[in-house]
Amino acid sequence: MSLVLAAGLEKSYRVGEVTVPAIRGADFTIEPASFVSFVGPSGSGKSTLLNMIGCLDRPSGGRLTVLDTDVATLDRHSAAAFRGKHIGFVFQDFNLVPVLSVYENVEYPLVMVQNWPAAQRRARVLELLEAVGMSDQADKRPDQLSGGQKQRVAVARALVTRARLVLADEPTANLDHATAYRVIELMKKMRDDFGTTFLFSTHDPKIMEAAEVIYTLEDGRIQQGGAHHG
Amino acid sequence: MVNVLKLATRNLLRYHRRTTLTASLITLGIVAVLMFVALSGSFKALMIGQITDSMLGHLQIHRKGYVASIENLPLNLLIKPGAVPKIDAQLEQMPQLAAWSPRIKFGAMFSNFTETTSIRLNGIDPAREAATCPLLPGRLIDGSVENGLVEQGKLLIPDIIAKGMKVKVGDTVVLVATNQDGSVNGQTFVVQGVLESATGPGGRDAYMHIDDARSLLRLEDASLSEYAVRLNDPAQLPQVMAELNAALGQLLNQQGKPALEVHDWKKLTPFTAIANMIDLLTLFIKVMLVGIVLISIMNVMVMAVYERMREIGTLAAIGTPPRRILGLFVAEGLLLGLAGTVIGTLISLGAVGLLRVYPVYFDFGRQENLQLVPSLAAGDVLFIGVLVTIIAVLASLQPAWKASRMDPITALRAV
Repeated sequence: MSLVLAAGLEKSYRVGEVTVPAIRGADFTIEPASFVSFVGPSGSGKSTLLNMIGCLDRPSGGRLTVLDTDVATLDRHSAAAFRGKHIGFVFQDFNLVPVLSVYENVEYPLVMVQNWPAAQRRARVLELLEAVGMSDQADKRPDQLSGGQKQRVAVARALVTRARLVLADEPTANLDHATAYRVIELMKKMRDDFGTTFLFSTHDPKIMEAAEVIYTLEDGRIQQGGAHHG
Repeated sequence: MVNVLKLATRNLLRYHRRTTLTASLITLGIVAVLMFVALSGSFKALMIGQITDSMLGHLQIHRKGYVASIENLPLNLLIKPGAVPKIDAQLEQMPQLAAWSPRIKFGAMFSNFTETTSIRLNGIDPAREAATCPLLPGRLIDGSVENGLVEQGKLLIPDIIAKGMKVKVGDTVVLVATNQDGSVNGQTFVVQGVLESATGPGGRDAYMHIDDARSLLRLEDASLSEYAVRLNDPAQLPQVMAELNAALGQLLNQQGKPALEVHDWKKLTPFTAIANMIDLLTLFIKVMLVGIVLISIMNVMVMAVYERMREIGTLAAIGTPPRRILGLFVAEGLLLGLAGTVIGTLISLGAVGLLRVYPVYFDFGRQENLQLVPSLAAGDVLFIGVLVTIIAVLASLQPAWKASRMDPITALRAV
């Protein structure tokens, strides 16, 4: 069964009196434990698509189901609850909470979103820090970390709730070549270890190379769908 | 909750300079209010104590209509002799009363044989008066009260008359009074002592023995101008007033209406207006404190929300429930308010303690070297603390609400 299913998906914005289409009739499916990349030039609709899959935005038309839930039916509160339970996010600028340590940043969703008991939290956070190779940096604050380290922490935070789906919007845009490569490898390993689906929006050829499925967008339309790589 | 408070604390410490400034402003407001409450309360208590304990008592009983003409000290509105034993019996059976003093008050001419002036006189039972107005003997600045507050044939006169008429202790003076029937009588008296003038009604009255007053006024029955009554606990004043009104209300005059009236000290002294003004000033300064807390916390929280939009967007995106985002910002406002309250209260308590060790003296009217003994009631401290805390929470609600309602996509795009 598909993890994400889009049929005739539309999204448009009103700018004054004008309606600007951002996504036009997109059809695609995303399978569990896949490594998928949405590619295309700026303004092609990659981020809009990711926002809708992440329940941050609602479609204007068509149908979008994520984990069998029709995204259009979710209100603000239920969308937040859905995201907290099923979806992890990795951002271009890492977006770690600056006043929390590495450990606390990874722990945050378990405390503030899912209310895990303390003992279980600790075991899970340590497991994830170990998995992303940040155990020895647990007490550091984000401003004491390199970009690559921050993104590792962000990956750990996205996975700590056992999210089925991780959405990463340009996750390597602020990283140097070598670091970006290591972060992609890490995410792929996480996919292999935890069976999590990773969805990217990117310009980065490294990610395109690593992706198993690529959807190319142009002017809100999927031009080339589901190209599979080795 | 603990985690929300922990995160809120760290966010406050992140902008430590701004947090310190805001908390200092709240602290300053708290100190201003509490010190004003402590000092004005001390002044009020001192003045009320002076008035009730050296002149008025806590309440007084008069014949109906007497208080309306009290400036004239009318002799035609005395409590009738028949009512006196009934009043005595009623007062006797009330355990809330510490003492009461029957008085005859009248105006007279005071002469030192070369000059004459008008004087207000209280005819008193010395022992009862001393028990009802325990501060009265303390106002003696010349002479002695060793043989009773005032001996028969003697007078205690206010210093303003003593100085004006150049009269000393031991001098003989003449009092001339108009009697109830309109005739005039004069008698000589020896000055036993000179009383320091006090602020308030009766603060410049002279005192004589009640039997001398009857003799001077040729009053042959037990008529009285008033009863001054002292309570064991002034806080019981409303209940005692109600009980006395109920009991004495049964004594009717010829028209079938209550013959007597009971007034508390507030109705008998113009200082009540000053006390009310102090209360109004206290209220005003509390309103200012509310304004300070409201504006400063709201300002800081609005800034915090705008500066941390991306952070709010991140928290919202990863699934933090809106009510928890609201809670995070409200907690910041709450902690700011609490920090200001705790520090402000500690400083105020320290300052009050210091003022008790190193007292402040002041003059009021003709009274000199009055000592302020500031104190803070737990209720006042609690009220101000709770008020500031509630205002802090209210002030942070709007920015917190805005943060919790923020669209994650818009927030994540913020620079």
